[in-house]
Amino acid sequence: MSKPIQVDARNSFCPGPLMEMIAAMNLAEVGDELEILSTDKGSADDIPEWIKKVGHELLDCRKEDEVYYIRVRKAK
Amino acid sequence: MTSKLNIVCVSGTREHLQMAAMFAATAAVSGSAVSVFISMNALRYFVKENRPSAPAEGEIGQLMGQKRVPPFEDLFRHAAELGDAKIYPCSMAMEVLDILDTQLQPYIEKPIGLTTYLADIEEGRVMTF
Repeated sequence: MSKPIQVDARNSFCPGPLMEMIAAMNLAEVGDELEILSTDKGSADDIPEWIKKVGHELLDCRKEDEVYYIRVRKAK
Repeated sequence: MTSKLNIVCVSGTREHLQMAAMFAATAAVSGSAVSVFISMNALRYFVKENRPSAPAEGEIGQLMGQKRVPPFEDLFRHAAELGDAKIYPCSMAMEVLDILDTQLQPYIEKPIGLTTYLADIEEGRVMTF
């Protein structure tokens, strides 16, 4: 299994992490996994909400040492 | 049914432009149709060259410049490029400021007047900054 595409958006404020994730997602293939790293609490709520609304697959959202790790699979 | 968000930018302060850009980008990448009208003191910040820095109105505006807050210029571009936002400069403000179409950022649409914009925003919510 290939490693997820990592998007390091730490220290960026809302909606920066979402925009960085979408820019990376546009370059990814359907089925690819992406992992977004963010220190922004609002984005940790907003990114899963966006993933759900747009129809991608949220795989995981966890917090470790003040960093949120959000994993998503591009579904379309 | 696709929702529509219409945003009118008239202020040239960093906070107003930032908030407008945040709404435009987030709504556009979430599948909403977004139509932005740039006029009055906001227009000057959408030229390609010799662009002034938008002045902060208060504390948040000053702090945004020191922290990694995505600049409003980038967010408006994301709204147009990652989403499908249409960003229209006001033809009146273009003439008053002597700004030509070719001097504006490439993601900006052709200038329009109020009659055209009013027809464009007959549907959806309108936010003014």
